[in-house]
Amino acid sequence: MAVKFPIFMDSNSTTPVDPRVLEAMIPYFTEKFGHPGSRNHSFGWEAEGGMERAREQLARLIGARDPKELVWTSGGTEADNLAIKGIVEMYREKGNHIVTTVTEQRAVLDPCRRLEKQGLAQVTYLPVDAMGVVDPDALRKAITDKTILVSIMLANNEIGTIQAIQELSKVAKERGVLFHTDATEAVGKIPVDVEKMGIDLLSCTAHKIYGPKGIGALFVRRRNPRVRLAPMIDGGGHERGARSGTVPVALAVGFGRAAEICREVMTEEAARLSQMRDRLQDRILSSVDESYLNGHPERRLPHTLNISFAYVEGESILMGLNKEVALSSGSACTSSTLEPSYVIQALGVGADLAHSSIRYGLHRFTTQEEVDFVGDRTIEVVKKLREMSPLYELAKEGVDLKSIQWKAE
Amino acid sequence: MAYSDKVIDHYSNPRNVGSFTKDTPGLGTGLVGAPECGDVMKLQIKVNLDTGVIEDAKFKTFGCGSAIASSSLATEWIKGKKLDEAGQLSNSQIATELNLPPVKIHCSVLAEDAIKSAILDYKKKREARQALTSDVDPRAAAAMDASASK
Repeated sequence: MAVKFPIFMDSNSTTPVDPRVLEAMIPYFTEKFGHPGSRNHSFGWEAEGGMERAREQLARLIGARDPKELVWTSGGTEADNLAIKGIVEMYREKGNHIVTTVTEQRAVLDPCRRLEKQGLAQVTYLPVDAMGVVDPDALRKAITDKTILVSIMLANNEIGTIQAIQELSKVAKERGVLFHTDATEAVGKIPVDVEKMGIDLLSCTAHKIYGPKGIGALFVRRRNPRVRLAPMIDGGGHERGARSGTVPVALAVGFGRAAEICREVMTEEAARLSQMRDRLQDRILSSVDESYLNGHPERRLPHTLNISFAYVEGESILMGLNKEVALSSGSACTSSTLEPSYVIQALGVGADLAHSSIRYGLHRFTTQEEVDFVGDRTIEVVKKLREMSPLYELAKEGVDLKSIQWKAE
Repeated sequence: MAYSDKVIDHYSNPRNVGSFTKDTPGLGTGLVGAPECGDVMKLQIKVNLDTGVIEDAKFKTFGCGSAIASSSLATEWIKGKKLDEAGQLSNSQIATELNLPPVKIHCSVLAEDAIKSAILDYKKKREARQALTSDVDPRAAAAMDASASK
C-alpha cells in the first residue's frame, strides 16, 4: 500500500474522529438538536436519551457502576480543574494538602500552583524514577493529616509510562484520602476500571480516543466513599449541579460511541499498535548510536514511543521530517517557551538529552508502511544532523562534554 | 511555527558545514552556547595572515533549524570580509535576513557571538605568535649591536 503524506504520528496530542463516531453524531446536530434539559417535548427527550446512552457507554469503558458518576466537561483540562479545585473548596475544613507528581499534565500542575499561590492549598510534588514511575512508599511518606487529595496520572502523555494506580490508590485509601487520576491518555487505550483500581475521581477526554474535541468527563465516585465536589461553573445546575452549562449533546454522543468502539477493539488494537511501536523502536535504537528510550520499556502505553537522540536537537529533527510526518518533540522549543520537556528532565536525564527527544504517537489508522517510513526517515535525518553537530564531533574526538566550560548566553 | 523560506533553505542546504584541521594557518575558532540551552555553535574562520581577510569559514551547529540557518548564513556573509568588517556584523542583520520570529532571535545573537568569538580566538593566537617573534627580536637586535660595535 502506498503511503499517503503527510503522515500523522502525533496521537498523544489528538486523534482523528473515527468515521463511525461522526456518523453517530450527525443526527444530533440537525434533527435531534434539542436541549437535554427540556422536559416537556420530544426534542428534549430525544437529546437526553442520546446523552444518557453516551454516559452509559463511557461508564462501561471505565468500569463505573453508575453512569450518574460521570460529569460532562469541556475536556480533560476542565475535568482536572474541577476535580482539584472542587475538592479543595469542598474539603477545606478537613485539610488543604494535595499530593501530586512532577510529571503530571499542565492541567493538573497549574491548578495546583494557582491554589498554592492563592494560599488555598499546599502541594507536594512527588518525583519519579528514571522510567517515570512513582514510588508508592514516597506517596505514603508524603501524606499528612492535612492531605485531602492525591492526584496521580494513570499514564503519561509524553513517555507513556503507566503508574501502579492500584497500589497508589490503596496507599491513599489507607489514610482516608481521595484519589484522583488524570486518565486522558490511558482511557480507551488500556483497560481502566475505577472499581478495581480504587479511583475516586478520573478525568478523560474524547478527542484522544477518536472522538470529537470539546468534550471530556470527570468520574466522581458516588459510593464508598461518596465524593462531594464544589462546582466551578455556576448556572442552570446541569449535571446534577456539578457543572452548569448546556451539554453539547452531539459531542457527548460522539464521546459515547468512541468509548464503545474502544471497548470493542481495545485488545486487538493495543496488540497491533504495540507490535508496530516495538518495530519502530527496534529499528531506530539499533541503527542510531546513543539513542535512548524514554519511559518504562514494558509498563507503557501501546501507542507511545519517546526517544532521545544525543548531540542533536529535537526541533531540528522535526524540521527535517515535517514535510512528510507530523511528530512532536518533547522539547517545548516548538512552543513559545524555550524550556526542554519537564517530563523528560524529571527522569534525571541531562537537559541536553531533554532537548533531543522525539515522541511518536501511533493510532488506529497507522499502517506498517507509515511506521517503516518514519523510522527510516528519522534515522536519515539524525545522521545528517550529527554530521552538522559540534557536540557529536567533540564526543567522537573523545572529549567529555561535561568538561567544557560552556558559555551560555 | 512556520519557518521562513530562507531558514528552510539554509537548513536543507547548509553552507560551509565542517571543520578545519587544527594546524590550519590563520585559524580562529568560536564555540558558543551550551547543550543545556539547546544551542551550541562552532564557527571557524581561516584568515589570510598577510591581508587579514577571512578566506574561508566553516560551522557546525547543535540547535533548532533557526540556529543552523543563522550560523550557515553567518559563514556565508563573513567569507571574503576583513576581520573588522566581519566583527561588525550584527545579530539583527541575520534576524532580518532570515525573518526570525521573536522566540528565535537568540539564534541570531548566538551566531553574532560565534563570529566575535572566532575573531577573538584568531587575534589571541596571532598575539601569542607575535610575542614569540618578539622574544627572538632582542637577541637579533643584540647580535646587530654586537656587530655594529666591532
